[in-house]
Amino acid sequence: MSTDTDAKNTLTTKSAGTDDRELRISVRGLQVGYGSFVLMRDVSFDVRAGDIFFIMGGSGCGKSTLLRVLMGLKSPQAGQVLYGDTDFWGGGEDTRRRVMRHAGVLFQGGALWSSMTLAENVGLPLQQYTDLDEEEIREQASLKLALAGLAGFEDYYPSEISGGMRKRAGLARALALDPRILFLDEPSAGLDPVSSRLLDDLILELRDTLGATFVIVSHELASIFSIASNSVFLDAHTRSVTARGNPAQLVRDPHTEKRARLFLTRGDEREAAESARADAGESPPHKDIA
Amino acid sequence: MEEPRPEEADAALAGLADQRVRQLRLEASALGQWDTSLLVFLVQLVKAARARQLSVDLDLPQGLKRLLHLAFAVPAQDGAARKKANTSFLYRLGDSAITLPPRVADFLNFCGDVTLALWRLFLGRAKMRPQDFVAAMHECGVQALPIISLTSLLFGLILAFVGAVQLTQFGAQIYVAGLVGIGMLRVMGAIMVGVVMSGRVGAAYAALIGTMQVNEEVDALSTLGIPPVDFLVLPRVLALTFMVPLLTLYADLMGVLGGYLVGVMMLGLNPMEYFNATTQMVPFKHVLIGLVYGTVFGVIIAVAGCYQGMRCGRSAQAVGQATTTAVVHSIVGIIVATAVITVICNVLGV
Repeated sequence: MSTDTDAKNTLTTKSAGTDDRELRISVRGLQVGYGSFVLMRDVSFDVRAGDIFFIMGGSGCGKSTLLRVLMGLKSPQAGQVLYGDTDFWGGGEDTRRRVMRHAGVLFQGGALWSSMTLAENVGLPLQQYTDLDEEEIREQASLKLALAGLAGFEDYYPSEISGGMRKRAGLARALALDPRILFLDEPSAGLDPVSSRLLDDLILELRDTLGATFVIVSHELASIFSIASNSVFLDAHTRSVTARGNPAQLVRDPHTEKRARLFLTRGDEREAAESARADAGESPPHKDIA
Repeated sequence: MEEPRPEEADAALAGLADQRVRQLRLEASALGQWDTSLLVFLVQLVKAARARQLSVDLDLPQGLKRLLHLAFAVPAQDGAARKKANTSFLYRLGDSAITLPPRVADFLNFCGDVTLALWRLFLGRAKMRPQDFVAAMHECGVQALPIISLTSLLFGLILAFVGAVQLTQFGAQIYVAGLVGIGMLRVMGAIMVGVVMSGRVGAAYAALIGTMQVNEEVDALSTLGIPPVDFLVLPRVLALTFMVPLLTLYADLMGVLGGYLVGVMMLGLNPMEYFNATTQMVPFKHVLIGLVYGTVFGVIIAVAGCYQGMRCGRSAQAVGQATTTAVVHSIVGIIVATAVITVICNVLGV
């Protein structure tokens, strides 16, 4: 695979420890849970400017909850989230609001406000935070929708468009305030492979043109391998981060923790690996029940 | 063995244990058809055999064997099984007593949030859109007119009928005018509007905001720095607080009209006479007291509906529950508030 070697080349320079890109988000010893239940502990990672950072993990490991902590919707039990120099949870509501003013969020189902048209959805953040008049807001909203591939759908209601389009509209809304950081919660879940790939291309495009930093929660291997520049793997069993780094490198690194590697191994590769093992005369995992 | 039952597995082995059996062998490779109940039995059998340290040798059809493997492939996660809820009366009583203070605190918290939002509105800093306020007023005011007309008119009729039965015995039909007038204006008009609005608007608020919670639309507002209380709750609370008293006035009018219809058409009273009797027997203060009731009811319905919506869980069932609870709470709230205001009026002598 030639793409893998390319990725490796870029990576070796990155992982040399001389990454001087600006630190956007830095998470230190985060513990998240509900009441007395601890969902994850000791989570630490850095997101740098221009990163496409993936939070990976199996279902139910707390990826989305971690994202909610980063977005200010759920308070952590311990630890720090730093945006630049700002202690996100150390300050009050106003601090968080100031930080989130420069962030955009795409929720899992798009989370468009169902009583408003797409143009109004994209326009509301502008209406709240800028002095633009209605005409200008409408124009900006149209532009953002066009960027997301929805030109001409300004006056549709969210219930009138398909799930994939809703996601794109959600992305347009997330872009409304020209954010520096974009949070995407499972952007390609429920999309067909082609739309999913188009969305990946769009993300790369936006990173390169707007200079935005992306934090993406996903378990879509295709996206992870094609666009991730850095990642953490959350393990549901140990309830902590068990692997970090560029996924393309992680999957080939023999030191990667085994559950993380299993997660990153594609189905076809897994079959190949298993048949190789069978050829070698090894027994399948559960031969004898009794 | 037809329909093998799981507990039979254990019983069957219990008999064997005395005879120092060391191995269990099952031959059923020729079995043609089977369903899950056999699988359940086999799982129990294997578990029981393991508990007695018997070795198990199962000769089963291929498909069944693989399913059995599958059933044992992933061991039950520690602590994943839930303890059965203790459903005894005392337990539930104690449980609700323990959870009551936090629930009350949470509700007071919400009321505090709404008050703060009102204060921000007063300072001109609330992120409420005027068009949302107008739309909410339209929804809970104008659109409710037909149903309010019908219910209050009929309620006036009923009140007049009930009164007329007694009053005609004394030849005092004319007092129907006073009965209907005072009854409707002072309290019944407001209660009619309150009950109808609980079902119509309180439920709608809970369902709407609850569904927005499920779709993460409320979170989307928060991440944009728009307090959901400002944006969703404030316009609705204000709209109901303004519209319920206005609807109360309208309901008063329709109720009196109902009484008038009974008085004139059934009791044969002179139209002019009925009108004069109403104006003489019903002082204006009753209208004002009715407005006080109406305003309080408006706040109760809006707060109950929005509170249930904002605290709604993330499932369809939770939305249904929030809606039901909103209606029940607002109707109970209306009745309790009626009692309280009535006592206060009595003490004040108005």
